Amino acid sequence: MTTRTVGEGVQRREDPRLLTGHGRYLDDLGRGALQAAFVRSPHAHARITDIDIGDAWELDGVEAVYTWEDLPGRVAEPLPVLIPHPALTHARTGYCLAKDEVNHVGEAVVMVVARDRYVAEDACGRITVRYETLPAVVGLDLARRGERLVHDDVPGNVAANLRQEVGDVDAAMAAAPNTLTLDLAIERSASMPLEGKGVHARWDTDDGSLRLYSSTQTSTGLRAAVAAKLDLPLAKVEVVTPDVGGGFGVKIVHPWPEEVLVPWAARMLGRDVKWVEDRREHFVSSAHERGQLQEVTVGFDDDGRLLALDVRFWHDNGAYTPYGIIVPIITATQLLGPYKPGAYRVEFWSVYTNTVLVTPYRGAGRPQGCFAMERTMDAVAAHLGLDRTEVRRRNFIQPDEMPYDQGLMFQDGRPLRYDSGDFPSSLQKLVDLVGWDDFAEYRAAASTEGRTVGLGIGCYVEGTGVGPYEGGHVQVETSGRVNVATGLTTQGQGHETVLAQVVADELGVPFEDVHVTTGDTRRMPYAVGTFASRGAVMSGNAVALAARGVRAKALRIAADALEVSPDDLDIEGGVISVRGAPGTSIDLRTVAVLSNPLRYAFDVSAQAATQFAGTFDPDRPPVADDDEPGLEGQDFYSPTQATFANGMHAAIVETDPVTAEIRILRYCVVHDCGVMVNPMIVEGQVHGGVAQGVGGALYERMVYDESGQLLNASFMDFLMPYASEVPHVETDHLETPSPLNPLGLKGAGEAGCIPVSAVIASAIEDAEGFPVRSMPISPAELWELRRQHASRTDPAQEGAS
Amino acid sequence: MKPAPFVHHAPRTVEEAVAVLAQVGTDGKVLAGGQSLVPLLSMRLATPGHLVDIGGVTGLDGLDVTDEHVRVGALVRHAGLERHDGAAAALPLLRQAVRHVAHPAIRTRGTTVGSIAHADPAGEMPAVAALTGAVVEVVGQGGAREVAAADFFVGPLETTLAPDEMVVAVRFGRLPAGTRTRFTESARRSGDYALAGVALAVQVDGATVAGARASFVSVTPVPDVLDLTPAVGGHPVDDLPLDAVADAVAAHVDPDSDIHAGADYRRMLAAELTRRALATVTTEVTVGAA
Repeated sequence: MTTRTVGEGVQRREDPRLLTGHGRYLDDLGRGALQAAFVRSPHAHARITDIDIGDAWELDGVEAVYTWEDLPGRVAEPLPVLIPHPALTHARTGYCLAKDEVNHVGEAVVMVVARDRYVAEDACGRITVRYETLPAVVGLDLARRGERLVHDDVPGNVAANLRQEVGDVDAAMAAAPNTLTLDLAIERSASMPLEGKGVHARWDTDDGSLRLYSSTQTSTGLRAAVAAKLDLPLAKVEVVTPDVGGGFGVKIVHPWPEEVLVPWAARMLGRDVKWVEDRREHFVSSAHERGQLQEVTVGFDDDGRLLALDVRFWHDNGAYTPYGIIVPIITATQLLGPYKPGAYRVEFWSVYTNTVLVTPYRGAGRPQGCFAMERTMDAVAAHLGLDRTEVRRRNFIQPDEMPYDQGLMFQDGRPLRYDSGDFPSSLQKLVDLVGWDDFAEYRAAASTEGRTVGLGIGCYVEGTGVGPYEGGHVQVETSGRVNVATGLTTQGQGHETVLAQVVADELGVPFEDVHVTTGDTRRMPYAVGTFASRGAVMSGNAVALAARGVRAKALRIAADALEVSPDDLDIEGGVISVRGAPGTSIDLRTVAVLSNPLRYAFDVSAQAATQFAGTFDPDRPPVADDDEPGLEGQDFYSPTQATFANGMHAAIVETDPVTAEIRILRYCVVHDCGVMVNPMIVEGQVHGGVAQGVGGALYERMVYDESGQLLNASFMDFLMPYASEVPHVETDHLETPSPLNPLGLKGAGEAGCIPVSAVIASAIEDAEGFPVRSMPISPAELWELRRQHASRTDPAQEGAS
Repeated sequence: MKPAPFVHHAPRTVEEAVAVLAQVGTDGKVLAGGQSLVPLLSMRLATPGHLVDIGGVTGLDGLDVTDEHVRVGALVRHAGLERHDGAAAALPLLRQAVRHVAHPAIRTRGTTVGSIAHADPAGEMPAVAALTGAVVEVVGQGGAREVAAADFFVGPLETTLAPDEMVVAVRFGRLPAGTRTRFTESARRSGDYALAGVALAVQVDGATVAGARASFVSVTPVPDVLDLTPAVGGHPVDDLPLDAVADAVAAHVDPDSDIHAGADYRRMLAAELTRRALATVTTEVTVGAA
């Protein structure tokens, strides 16, 4: 057998390039291209009354100034609703450049193309847009009251209202011996990739074709969108993703206005045009996520078993809904986590506000759902005086109940049916890892030193690897080099390594010989994209299937040449040999030569192949009817449903008794994403996810004032955690293979961030002794909470009330 | 985020620099380390027509220790001050404080004198200047003058520096023998602008505190000095009336609320940080250990 690399922590082959400054990012491309800049709305809600270009044209180097009036055909139409849904009754999208009205600060109004970005921004400064301001709708409370409207024709600001129910919640709730109601809130945050968005368009006037480089998470989707918008044949548009410095969800939205305008301008001007988003633009004109208000009512028996769960939540979708209602749908369905709640009803309202639009950010609605469920579990435990792990244990779906159908429709329109998982074992591992049972002792010891500590827990299930499909193309060159292409895109995950591991194992070639290309429509025109923790599951299985096809073809050709049965052949280290007959072998590269009847002896392999050439049959064509030239093949992986990974986290925090500063002392993760192709990369994903989760739990928020101005639109005031704020993460793994795909994989990309707010809230609550129902939480807010609770428990105050 | 057009001046001498400043008046800005100014330029929050880049001016990078002062030239980077053993030995507070200035990368470019001229109430080094009774050396068209720190800072980002003047050095005053200093602050993330911070100088005479003074970061509009001697003078160093000190600090500071913390929290924090810093002066710590 060939030495397997799947399951090994193979060093990431992209790292030397990326870590030594040799990455090629969007802004590294297109030297000499014209550059675009935008005049963006300074108002959250306003009618445009006049646009005065002024003397912008007189600046040396200005090549074009465009407003909505200049846009032709479909470029002038509203941007598409990518994912319609029957419940999304009032979908609204913006225009590439604002027409008549702006609905959030940062919306693009005028585009300037100039010699360089400096001149373009100078020109923007000379353009005057006059507005008639309208009252802004900011915050969920104001939005759901519906007194002020974001869009005049959307009553109550409600884009979508969706209700799902499993069982009879009203009856089960009425019969429940105990009920509790929780009001919960989660603030906004954002993906914040270190590299913002960027587009570079190369228009070939002679060929009438467009090559578009974008830092997108979906090159095929963008290609189709741009071809449609610009009315170009698909064959004349190619989209390539260079190295991309993070995505985390925001770059799956497509087309962004700039992704239409930049290639359109390139065609208009017959010149390369480039736009690279700056950080301020990213804050006000890309996308945010998370913001929700939730009301949870839970009915449970005296043992803490859930009998009924009734959830209502309001989701802030910002000014537009180009990505539909994926985020609240995921919250509504993934909220259930590893539990079976008895009857379950969930209803959400996705509402408009005059703020930056909301689209999936790593976790994509799951952190909010997990927060609701896990705060509820802690509340049930507190109410009954039970250990928090015991309440969870009693509500777990058991391993012998798998596959388990929650009775709901998931984000992909398919049943929410968990494929596998062993939740009791995962919890036991976590209890052991964090030392759950010894914590009381630790707390008592800390207390004698005047220290306040708390222990928190959070569990989740994550639907990963959603379809519809991903493709793989595998080609063995006559040099022995193996080219692998898949269409989904890479933002640093390590696909070059992981997919090479899979193909090396499947094909029986050295890992070093395998070279992976992602996100290039020239190499794989059918693909979906990178989101929903689907890269390894979808493309991993796709390239595995393609490699299996190529392997079968190689064995067939080799069997012919060696005059043996394919069943007697093995491939190892790129050499095909007869089992039990060492010495009788043929190199895979020689087979690659034999696979192509056009056999110019350009290289050593071709010369070596002559000994196997044999005689040909004059009555048969050189390529058989059911065959193709070349040792290559393509296959697609298309699953019937998502795979469901899971994880459980615990943290120990310390809160300063005076200043309320919050320190994470330990952070423990037990993670089950099925078979791990590369455990090191999985751990890296978990660590990165936890880091973003810590940001969401303790640091990050989007601070809008009531007029809709984002007050912290810079890295000075939007507090992404530094390395110094991220705790050391202790991990343990369980590998429950997915029965749904050939490799047994489940996704891991988003896992780390999902439960962090729930876990930290749980730990702070445990330390402080009062409920924490809103996240993130800062020291100043915790200090304020303490003041409120101190005054509430003050007997004098109680007597007065 | 590209700066608006400006004229870049690269004088070689202080005289040339102030000549340009005199010529361009309020349309000019001095560029030294650029760690505050360049972001303001990039966001076009500041759009001076002329930048007087003093990076090439000779004679401004000196760091000299005398019996009375530690004199820091206008081109001495925070990192240079941080690493200067002579300065740390003469006035331990300098190293104690400068380590809290942002991150190493920023300290490598940013200058201590630039930070003082910028007069941000969230700056660490203005507070140190105030507490040490520093003298700000200023040169303008009309010649050189010296301004006491107490007279230099007049408001947030506001000093008595005239448009045609630049700071060429700051002389931090060395503190009397027996003075123990502390610098501590609390920020949302390591290296951020502090929510509150305190520089503390405690005069110890044997086992008794003779006097104490403090200046603050981010909680006073200008880095003024609070004399804590009435609260702690004459008390044993290991039994100080910390509550009284905290009360005095809470009464003295005047923080604003912002998106990171409210005024009440910052007032509490300033008082608590001072209390904790003071509680550690029972032991003399060597500068390198902090």
